[in-house]
Amino acid sequence: MERLNHSSRRDAFGSKINRTSSPLLMVGVPWLTIMLASLAPMLPVIALAPVLPPFAYIMLLAWRLLRVNVLPLWAGLPLGLFDDLLSGQPIGSAILLFSITIIAIDLMEIRFPWRSFWQDWLTGSLFISAYLIISALVSGADLSLVQLRLIVPQLLIAIVLFPLASRLVSVLDRLRLLRVRRLA
Amino acid sequence: MPPSGNRSGNNRKAQLGLFAGYLAASVGAILGALLLVISLMKPETFSGLRSMASDVTAPIGQTGAATRVGTRNIFEAIAGYYDAGSKNAALEEEIAIARVRLAEAEAAKRENARLKAALGLMQQNPENIAAARLIGSTSASARRFGYISTGREDGVTPGMPVTSPMGLVGRVLESGRHSSRILLLTDSESMVPVRRAGDDLVAFAEGRADGTLRIRLINLGINPVEEGDVFVTSGAGGMFRPGVAVAMATEITEDGAIAQLLSNPAATDVVIVEPIWEEDLLKTMAKPVVNEDDPG
Repeated sequence: MERLNHSSRRDAFGSKINRTSSPLLMVGVPWLTIMLASLAPMLPVIALAPVLPPFAYIMLLAWRLLRVNVLPLWAGLPLGLFDDLLSGQPIGSAILLFSITIIAIDLMEIRFPWRSFWQDWLTGSLFISAYLIISALVSGADLSLVQLRLIVPQLLIAIVLFPLASRLVSVLDRLRLLRVRRLA
Repeated sequence: MPPSGNRSGNNRKAQLGLFAGYLAASVGAILGALLLVISLMKPETFSGLRSMASDVTAPIGQTGAATRVGTRNIFEAIAGYYDAGSKNAALEEEIAIARVRLAEAEAAKRENARLKAALGLMQQNPENIAAARLIGSTSASARRFGYISTGREDGVTPGMPVTSPMGLVGRVLESGRHSSRILLLTDSESMVPVRRAGDDLVAFAEGRADGTLRIRLINLGINPVEEGDVFVTSGAGGMFRPGVAVAMATEITEDGAIAQLLSNPAATDVVIVEPIWEEDLLKTMAKPVVNEDDPG
């Protein structure tokens, strides 16, 4: 007999028969990838000026914009703390900014439930700009107004990188929902 | 992208859950703000927590650090291909200058040795505390910290100078068990007393956070600094031993110069942790001054 629906047994997430997603992957992948991004200061790049984008924050934004429910609302506290321990920022800066971002995106989701790629990029760029500027201001560094231009190259790299990060997150999301658990 | 539908609707339980979520997020934000205020006022408060984190993650950095030498950094490696020609010419000129400088330094060294011998002083070279790899830096933050792969177990304590064969790199800020956080010279909170190599023009070298240093002369007046002048540590303050190369002036300003670092940490693999030069002096300076002649 001819099969009517070709995705009835199998789709992008694997076999539909006798398989289901693993709760470990579903919860763990976003947390793990954001924390991995927090380890960027341990990359073998000794920078004389801030040049690398804030990877952990970009990952958080990308996850939050792709799937608003994947991280709980309180996730900013543990993720921010972990980021602060290595990033060189005073402890509390990422906790505060991550938490505010999570709330802000939640409110934005209520206002704009349907979004396009360009709108997400714009949102991401605005959030990244605000994050970098506030981070620089509260970093404890003695920065004059002239030296705030320091973050401009970093900001541009981060904005250009954001769609790539979103793309990476959507691939990771596919991994997250992979049906790997065998039902008894 | 379709809406994710996390709204509660009329479901009482879902409404409460959502409310609790917002509450938790706000508490997180407020907690973050409080911690931020504390750590800005007392930066050393959470040093234990931070060194623990760097201890745990240091092995990751160490594996990568070995591959870094020679590649400097991402952008330099790529940029190197484009301006190789002009760089070559500039380098040749620099070498010619450097040869002269070397001869001058030799002469000064000989004279130094002669004078020291005349005074009966011993040539003192401080024993190094430890050699370590530079494993990472805070490349996304406006602060300039680095991580090195040695810590308290090797006797590293906060305040110790960190040098490379090319010159001064920074000083230890926090030491964990087997990793330490160092303040790089280019951090805006870093200040090193320096003097011009060759004479006793004293100045301070401040970090500008963008990879250069700002040389500020102590005696203001006519600015005698010229482009290409090399500054070395003066030993004032007792933390850094005198005579370690720091920076070369590249741009003259009103009260000094903008200088390039001589020991680019990006091209440095192994660094050496030296003991604090005159620890006793530092301790004495930390104590309040008491007039000994004062009766009672």
